[in-house]
Amino acid sequence: MLGMFTNAFFIAVKEIRRNLTRAILTVLGIIIGVSAVITMVTLGEGTTEAVKSQIESLGSNLLMIRPGVGFGPRSRGGRVPDFTDKDVEALIHQVPGIAMAAPVRRSEKSQIYLENARKGEVTGSTVDWFEINNWTLEKGRLFDESDVEQGAAVCVLGQTVVDELFDDVDPIGRKIRVGSSTLVVIGKLVEKGQVGMGDQDDVVVVPLSTMRRRLGGKPSTADVGMISISAEENINSDWLIDQISSLMRQRRNLKDNQEDDFNVFDTQQIAETMSTSTQMMTMLLAAVSGVSLLVGGIGIMNIMLVSVTERTREIGIRLAIGATAKEVLVQFLVEAITLSSIGGVIGILIAIGFCSFLAPLIQVEFIFNPRINFIAFFFSAIVGVVFGFAPARRAARLDPIDALHHE
Amino acid sequence: MSQQQQNGSLIRLSQIHKTYNEGTSAAFEALKGIDLIIDRGDFVSIMGPSGSGKSTLMNLLGCLDQPTSGNYFYEGISVHELDSYQRSLLRRYALGFVFQGFNLLARTSAIENVELPLLYRGIKRRERKRLAREALASVGLDDKEKNTPAELSGGQQQRVAIARALVANPSTLFADEPTGNLDTQTTHEIMKLLAKLNDDRGITILMVTHEQSVASFAKRTVSVRDGLIDFDRRHVEAGTIQGRIFEC
Repeated sequence: MLGMFTNAFFIAVKEIRRNLTRAILTVLGIIIGVSAVITMVTLGEGTTEAVKSQIESLGSNLLMIRPGVGFGPRSRGGRVPDFTDKDVEALIHQVPGIAMAAPVRRSEKSQIYLENARKGEVTGSTVDWFEINNWTLEKGRLFDESDVEQGAAVCVLGQTVVDELFDDVDPIGRKIRVGSSTLVVIGKLVEKGQVGMGDQDDVVVVPLSTMRRRLGGKPSTADVGMISISAEENINSDWLIDQISSLMRQRRNLKDNQEDDFNVFDTQQIAETMSTSTQMMTMLLAAVSGVSLLVGGIGIMNIMLVSVTERTREIGIRLAIGATAKEVLVQFLVEAITLSSIGGVIGILIAIGFCSFLAPLIQVEFIFNPRINFIAFFFSAIVGVVFGFAPARRAARLDPIDALHHE
Repeated sequence: MSQQQQNGSLIRLSQIHKTYNEGTSAAFEALKGIDLIIDRGDFVSIMGPSGSGKSTLMNLLGCLDQPTSGNYFYEGISVHELDSYQRSLLRRYALGFVFQGFNLLARTSAIENVELPLLYRGIKRRERKRLAREALASVGLDDKEKNTPAELSGGQQQRVAIARALVANPSTLFADEPTGNLDTQTTHEIMKLLAKLNDDRGITILMVTHEQSVASFAKRTVSVRDGLIDFDRRHVEAGTIQGRIFEC
């Protein structure tokens, strides 16, 4: 039995080599199918990982409150008042489960060091902001209580800003021009890396008081554009959002029939939603490319059926020479399986090439997934068995006399 | 399985009938009771006009088909009782075939074509090559082993086919119009080759032909007409005398 299969395998390889062009055309469908499935799944998983790690780098248990009514096109951010420092204090003291909260104000300012100039966002906040948002200091120092109290002319920079302003110079202690003020660089943050939704390292952080005093504040005391909050461990975020919402409604004097004029975001939820949606996208793409694999299988069946008709005389010769019907069946079946397996291997190689080329382009990591590669290969072999069987059986059922006289 | 014959003949047919489309209105009786005994080492040509049943008889003798009724013993084996699998094995181990259209595998070198029967016998690669080379040499084509059928003349292709039929060392060679597609000169060469194989190696040859000049190379002519044997004649010193006449 084993001998019959190895024999059939050698005959199959010979047959494939004899009709190389046809063989390549036959397996083209399988190659495309397998490489499409693997590429889609690999890049999809890379994207999911990228989204996850990006959101993790934002900080876990992170909540944000922004002024505004509703989301998306309905939102009316401009017409509602910003928050005040008192709102932040109230949150810290009155809502249990909040570990830290930091007021955040942002504004776009020019940044200049010697002849290097750029434009970017300046963030004014408190020391807690660094911890809430998961930043670590690479060198220098963060600002302290006294800096905040005095509104000292200091700033902490992210990697991108350092790269663009300072050429190979240690930025610590240097003075840069931000807007209309001169600030001393006291610290540099560890790079978070660029992933998908914009550059997180494009950041200049100053104490909120500095922002107000030196970089042009608003006349109103309600000048806090966002509140960053980190929740305590093991706090139900839905419950916490409810608590925060009811406090804020109270503080902003909203009547029962009025909508919230602020939004509370939970990064955990955003993370879950986003990774669920990328996973669903991945599954969808995999399913679509799975269909192409199926079509590839039908292509194999089609060409094998044609080839049985075309090779009727050859089958007749083999039968006359003493091949048994079973040997002819096994020969054609093994030929189909060999073809589709070779197609599977080529597909895997092409997918690896594709992924290592495409992954950097769409800024995701190329993670080789042995599971999906195995599944795709296994599936292509199965395609060979399933779609090779009908043609093989037809070949085996041929009558040797008819087959020999077939024109 | 074997049922030994008393007289030691290779093939014995008794009252062979073959009806196509049996039981339908299109039923056609191709063979109407053939009795035939063929001895080991004989060279028999089967003649007859088209539609006479000679091809049907050849297919039955070559174990490619089964008689509707009657008995067929090959080396004492009751072929009429074998199933298609057993007949495949009988063809594999005892019979060789040469066809009118050569029937070589296209785009396959001469030596690989010759190797084919050995592949089904499960013979190892090295031994296969050796036997195939030997067979090609015996038909005078030792220098053409790498050529594909498209690169060979008709006569050379038929030689390859003969080598393929011989490589597995069969006891009987079936030749169905082996020279039907060849010119006179080549026909002559092929027939001389077959006669030589019959003489030197004692291979029994059964050949279908409709040309008297080709049939004259055989030792015996069986003529079939309307599904029955018309005449069965042994040539006296046939191979030599007729051959000489043909050569003149």
